[in-house]
Order: sequence, then structure tokens, then C-alpha cells
Amino acid sequence: MILDQLLQHGLNALMLGGTYALLGIGLTLIFGIMRVVNFTHGELYAFGAYMMYMLVMLTGANFFIALVLAVALGVALGAALEFVLLRKLRGADIDTTMLVMIGAWIALQNAEQLAWTGVAQSIDSPFPAAPLVIGPVSVSWGRVFVFCVALALIAATYALINHTRLGKAMRATFQDRETAALMGVQIGTVHTATFAVGSGLAAAAGALLGPVYVAYPTMGDLAALKAFAIVILGGLGSIAGATAGGFILALAEELGASYVSSGYRDAMGFVLIILILIFKPTGLFAQKERIG
Amino acid sequence: MNRTISTFIGVSLVGAALLAGSAAAQGVIRIGVTQPLTGAFAASGNYVTQGAKIAEDQINAAGGVLGRKIQLVVEDNKSNPTEAVATAEKLIGKDKVPVMMGAWSSTLTLAVMPKLMEYGVPMLVETSSSGKITTSGNPWIFRISPTSEMEARAFASMAKKMGIKKADFLSTNNDFGLGAAKEFSEMLKGQGVQVGTMETMDPKATDFSAQLAKIKASGSDTLFVTTAVEQITLILKQAKEQQLKARIITTGGSNSPDQLIQQAGEAANGSYHLVFFTPWFPEAVKNPDLAKKFVAEWNARKYPVGGLTEGFRGWDGINTIVAAIKAAGKAEPQAIQKALWNVKVKGINGDIAFIKQGPAGKESAQNVPSVYVVKIANGKVAKN
Repeated sequence: MILDQLLQHGLNALMLGGTYALLGIGLTLIFGIMRVVNFTHGELYAFGAYMMYMLVMLTGANFFIALVLAVALGVALGAALEFVLLRKLRGADIDTTMLVMIGAWIALQNAEQLAWTGVAQSIDSPFPAAPLVIGPVSVSWGRVFVFCVALALIAATYALINHTRLGKAMRATFQDRETAALMGVQIGTVHTATFAVGSGLAAAAGALLGPVYVAYPTMGDLAALKAFAIVILGGLGSIAGATAGGFILALAEELGASYVSSGYRDAMGFVLIILILIFKPTGLFAQKERIG
Repeated sequence: MNRTISTFIGVSLVGAALLAGSAAAQGVIRIGVTQPLTGAFAASGNYVTQGAKIAEDQINAAGGVLGRKIQLVVEDNKSNPTEAVATAEKLIGKDKVPVMMGAWSSTLTLAVMPKLMEYGVPMLVETSSSGKITTSGNPWIFRISPTSEMEARAFASMAKKMGIKKADFLSTNNDFGLGAAKEFSEMLKGQGVQVGTMETMDPKATDFSAQLAKIKASGSDTLFVTTAVEQITLILKQAKEQQLKARIITTGGSNSPDQLIQQAGEAANGSYHLVFFTPWFPEAVKNPDLAKKFVAEWNARKYPVGGLTEGFRGWDGINTIVAAIKAAGKAEPQAIQKALWNVKVKGINGDIAFIKQGPAGKESAQNVPSVYVVKIANGKVAKN
């Protein structure tokens, strides 16, 4: 019985960890690599969920086509945000950018409320209602699907950053903008692309999880908070770190809630961050900071 | 010198304009409403406000009160206690309302309460269930919703009938959830029921897998859930995913069974809900004519059907306030406070009248409402 419970906790943590990792890698691109404190990350997450709601529930689109469209729309919104707001602020200090992003966050959240009201909306999914049962543990098919897609997206992002020309340009731009520009990198395009990819990943997380949970305007707040925790936990800018951070946070929450106190479930992640920042201030996986 | 004079004239003009504004507003009697229209409790807050608006329109169509129309001044407390205090300051300070209704969640109501003492304005509490609200010695509080203790007492006779032997609790981590878990667990112990694990969750949380896995391991036959409809929806779905066998009973009356059927689907089947209005069987309530009329008007306005169990609170609240204004003969805070103690109002939940609760000399007022248990079976709400 105790072993069964532990197995179930392990499985739950694995499923939750996949989505946390997905949220984390999107933010690590923007916050970790671009150094934009992106308060709109949670709103892109909510946007992804609402796009699923619009497409699946209001226009009756196929679930999987809607998923692809929702992510594409998230990428487009991210690109638009970068182009309209951040492009002009590229030389500005971090406080200015942060204030603008807080403004964008509030504006987006209220726009969601205006468009779809404060009432939570559920999204139908094509997965069977009966869960997948493996011995003593069980998990819903929807979550298994979310987990698999999340892993695929994480792998794709890793490949994009490390093995493509665009990825190389991204890394070069955010390491040393002037030199990258001198080498012929279109840094304006790289900024927009990075922000768009990061936003698309947040929208993907929302589009995947919207049908698992429900869509509501403030759903992004807690998600964004967790994403920041994961990025700091794993070390800024590290895809592997954000992935590991996601799974570690999920496991800490799951076990903490069960064996310490469920009232502190959402505090567990932050306790973990304090510990890691005390003993390893750059995060678990970050390489040494390059200055200059 | 010239500048001083012109400033003085300017200020006087503004002052005169303000006076004229308030003179024009004398025509209507304003009633302040603070509800969570955005944030975690947005759905419920909007439903209560819609119910209140129906009451406002019906009262005004029937000629208003004291020969004047009433006007609701609705403020959004954003599901946030700090904002709730700000709405009370605004309603009392700027809009000069002589009476308020609010603030939905217990935590929000508790945050507003010191302001009622400070300014001496009565507030009708339409939803909150934490015992603390009526026992902390605030004589400006008039609550029509049941306390968790009343709910628990009403449920006591059901415990045996439903064959509950061992119960677990999953409650939202605030005054509402923790209060209900305490009252229900004590009541069940009194009925000889064993109490298993007592879990909590953040009011904003969406994933309860850890709590549910622990509850599953406890092997109880019943799980009491106390939170609002948004989290109940997710709990029902996730309990099914984790194959939780325990029967789920939700308390607090903010469970909108219709919304659960719509959003949790199959996972809602077999769950039980404590509600304070049964729009599915309006003939079963104390004042069936009122209930039928309210349901008809709600549907005519195309409000979401899942909101009825919440919306009636706003209707009952505003009608109780207006009855007190009528009895007081004037729209002044102290007169309304005095009159509220003696009102007898036919409400949708039942007959509303107040009894004293809390420390002697500064008692709060508490109504003794009806509590019903309904069951969801085959995607429909049934009498238990």
C-alpha cells in the first residue's frame, strides 16, 4: 500500500514534470538567454489554452489541428509583442523593460477576461475518460499525451538551440550583440525569433494543459511563478537545466505535499530555490557566467 | 494674490459641482456591492451580481422603496482581500452608500469587516461561511448564508443514512475551507465516523494529484471537498484519473452542480453537493413561487444556468436590504442596521430573519437558512 502510493506519486511527478519543463524551457530562452524578465509568459500560457477553447469548442475544429494552430498563434503573438514593445526598448535598462512587461501582462490578462469572461471554460479532448491503469497506479490518457508532446518539444528546442544556424545565431547574439552583428547576424530577427519561440512554447504548454484542467483568465499567474522558479532552479539559459528543474520541482511538490503538508505544496518549490541559491547561486546546471 | 483668488474660485466651483452631483443622486438610494468579478472567484462573484441586478430591476419596476429608485454600485474586489478593503473605502467614502452587500469569500469579508466598524455601515453577507465572521463581535454584520457549523449540523442526520464510516477532507487553504473542514470533522466524530487524512490546497492550485494519491491511500469511503466550483471541477476529473473510489461530497454551496456536469462530464456522476437553493426542483423550496419566478427571469436573461445556485444569494441579499430600508423609513446606516434586526423577508432560500451570534453587547446577526443535499447521477441533478 505504501509502495503503491509512492509509485503513484512518482508517476504524478513525472507527468507534471513534463509540463513544468515545457514552461521552463520557454522562459529560459527569454529570461535566461535574452535577459528579458518576461511577465507575459503566463499570459501566453493562458492564450494557448484559450485558443484551444476557441478552436475546439467554438468552431469545432479537430483537436490535433487546433493544437498546432494554437501554438502557431502563440508564436505569432510572441513575435508581435517583441516587435511592438521590446524592439524599441533594446537599449533600455532592465527596470524599464520590466515595467513594460508588467503592463503587457495586466493588459493581456484583462483582454482575456473581456473576451471570454471570468468563468472557467472546459475544453473537450478526444482521449477516453477511463484512465490508463498500470498495476496499482493509474494516469489519464490526456496526461500521457501531454507528457509525450512535451518531451518532443523539449528535444526539438534543444536541437534548435544547439544544432541549427538560427540556434547558433541566438547564442552568439545574446553572448555578444555587437560582435554577432559585425559577423553578419541579423540581430533584430534573432531577438524576435527567440521571443517568438519562447512564447510559442508557453502557448504549447497552455494548449496542452487547457483540456486537462480548465481555461480561465488568471490561470497564467501560478504557471508563470513556477516557470520562473524552474528557470532559476536549473540555471539561467540552460535547456537541460530547465528540463531537470521542471522534474525536480514536480517531485518536490508531489512528495512535499504528501509527506510534509499539502498546505505548503506550492511553497515547496520556493524552499528548494532558497536552498539551491544558498549553496549553488548560479542554479544547478548553469555554466560559469561569462562577463565582458 | 490673484492666483490665490482664482484657486479659491476654482475650488468653490468644483465644490459646487460636487454638491449638485450629490443633490441629483438624492433621487436614488444607493446600495454598495463588493464582489469578486475577476480573479480566482470570478465566476461566482459575477453570478451573485447578476442575481442582485435582477432584484434591483424588479424592485425598481415595482416603484422602488420609500418612493425612490434603488441603484446598485458594484465594485470588483478582484478576489483579493487588499482590493476588497479598497472597494469598501470607495463605496462608503466616495459613493456614500448607507448599506453594503459582500464580499463573497470569507477571507474577503473578514478583510472588509474592520471598515464597517470604522465607518459604522452595515453589510449584508450573502455567501461567506466562516464562523469567525459572526463571532468576532462586529455588530454591523448581517449574514444570510449559513455558517459551516450550521451546514455541518444540517448534514449530521445524513451521515448515518449515507453509511459514512471513514471520511477524508480536501479543503482550500483559507478561512472558508479550513473552517468547513474543522466543523464537518467535529460533527462526523460526534456521529461516530472516523476521520482520516485532512488535506489542503492553495486556492489558486489546479493540480491535486499529490493530495488525491494520499487520500486514495487512506482508504476512506467518503471525501469532503470544500472550495469553489472551479477547483471542484478539477478535483472530480483528477479523482477519476487516479481511480479514487471514495464518494465525494462538496460543502459550501458554491458548487454549481450544472456547471460541474457541463465541465467535469462523466467525472461528476456519483458526487453529492450541499446547496442552499435547488433550481432543479423549485417546488421543494420554502417559497416555490419566488423560486420559479427567479429561475424564469434568470433564463430569460440568458445567464448561465450553472450560476443559479450562486445568483439567488444576490437576489435574497438585495431584497433583505431593501426590506430593511423600507422598515427604517430612511436610507441611513444606523437606521438600516436597526431595522435589519427585525426584518422578515421571503427569500429564495427560505424565510430570512436574524438571530444574535457572538459576544454579548456587540452581536452580529445570523440567518438560519435551509440546506439541501443533491446528487449528480447520469449527468443530471437528482434529489438525494
